[in-house]
Amino acid sequence: MITSVLEYLGNSTLRHLEYVGGLTMQLRAAAGSLGQVLPVVGNRNRWRSVIRQMLAVGVDAFPMVGIMAMCSGFILAMQGASELRQFGAIKLVVDLVSIGFTRELGPLLAAIAVSGRSGSAFSAEIGSMVVTEEIDVLRTMALDPIEFLLAPKYLAMLIALPCLTILSNASGILAGWLFMRFSTEMALGVYLRDVVQAIALRDVVTGLIKSLAFATIIVQVGCLEGFRVRGGPDAVGRSATAAVVKSTFLVILADLGFTAIFYLVGK
Amino acid sequence: MQETTIDPVISVKDVVVSYDGRRVLDGINLDIRRGETMVLLGGSGSGKSTLLRHIIGLERPDAGRILVNGIDLATSVQKDLKRIRRSIGVAFQNPALFNSMSVEDNVALPLREHTELAESTISLMTWMKLVVVGLADFGSHSPRDLSGGMKKRAAIARALALDPEILVFDEPSAGLDPIVAAELDELILALKHAFSMTLVVVTHEMPSAFRIADRMAMLYQGSLIEVGTKDQLRSSNHPRIRQFFDRVPDEVVKNAVIDSYFERYLKEGLQ
Repeated sequence: MITSVLEYLGNSTLRHLEYVGGLTMQLRAAAGSLGQVLPVVGNRNRWRSVIRQMLAVGVDAFPMVGIMAMCSGFILAMQGASELRQFGAIKLVVDLVSIGFTRELGPLLAAIAVSGRSGSAFSAEIGSMVVTEEIDVLRTMALDPIEFLLAPKYLAMLIALPCLTILSNASGILAGWLFMRFSTEMALGVYLRDVVQAIALRDVVTGLIKSLAFATIIVQVGCLEGFRVRGGPDAVGRSATAAVVKSTFLVILADLGFTAIFYLVGK
Repeated sequence: MQETTIDPVISVKDVVVSYDGRRVLDGINLDIRRGETMVLLGGSGSGKSTLLRHIIGLERPDAGRILVNGIDLATSVQKDLKRIRRSIGVAFQNPALFNSMSVEDNVALPLREHTELAESTISLMTWMKLVVVGLADFGSHSPRDLSGGMKKRAAIARALALDPEILVFDEPSAGLDPIVAAELDELILALKHAFSMTLVVVTHEMPSAFRIADRMAMLYQGSLIEVGTKDQLRSSNHPRIRQFFDRVPDEVVKNAVIDSYFERYLKEGLQ
């Protein structure tokens, strides 16, 4: 009994370590290939692919991220107002929404939306290429799948996710104004002045740093799940699910880590 | 013996490969000479596709070496490996065309990636490769719109894109009707004569093998049981080869082996 429990613990620890190891090795290879996908100095075919990916990952996600952030901003404002009103401090809703979004909700909402949209798409695309032997073809053509497939996605994500985070921040804060407009008839100018007073540049920057880490997690997990597909179409489906579940989990874990660091440093 | 002095373009030396403790390739030794067509024969699970994946450098053997033009694939640096891979064209069993691109973009991809040629030159070269395989009118089509035989031919055009020294086919006629399969054999022969390439073909289709082969190698349970010319294999007395050529199911062979064993046993016992 005890041995089987130990065996189970040992096996699952090894499995997780192996996964993290695979992720780290892939990240190193991807970082090494990033030079190839840069514009001007890199390979022009890769830069084209980066632009395509930026459209798919970033521009196409604009409506979804915008609406999600607006809804969340409105929810946050309403929830906050119902408590703050009791203390006659409804004006603090402005601080709640603007600080809450720039520090936390903006980057997190954008990352969760993108992990659902693009993390699964990456793993499904690469996974089906594994199943149909297209990855083998790339390798026999002396094309490195990491450089050819992963690196453009990585660069595109590193550019697109911070942009989406800024959009998410702006939409959330705008939703806060809509609420204040309806409940206290606050003018936009006044609201924006209060927002500028409430937020610090540091909050925005830490949010963007987080979004770079989230972009890394979503791309690396999505692609690793794709490259590890073995078997048929059902394995591709499972890998897409695993990509979303694992990247969302890791994004929240990383968020905890970053917030703890920023909290300790800023104290 | 004049044959042994010809330098091999691919040399497989004592290659051992195991998956999950099961030996898939067990000490394979094989030389493939420059300009010849070598057909790797064997039943399902004989290890012929595994051997092919090792020859084209997709996997590394557990033991032994594979030399292509004298360079060991397993220990070569990235630059050498890339150069060797560029000199080998591969047409996979499942044609594995990139579905997101048109047929001509599939063929042009290696040229765009590995050469600095102008786009107009690349499109001309792509068209010429498509003419060779008889798909000149289908360049702008998506691979999804092609029939099975056409997809295989498109994959051959893509494998030819960089004018490789070695051309490798995995089961070229699998899943095709006999007429299309025969057309593909003729295409392979024509390519061989036109470009004087070294061809390595994995198949289990006997008529196709005899049509295109210069030499054949027969794999059985991870070992090479016979390597020789068509005539040598045809006249071989090895029971497995006879079984393969005569399309005899497994059970019968076992009986024949047991029968011959008893016969010998009785004869020797009587003497």
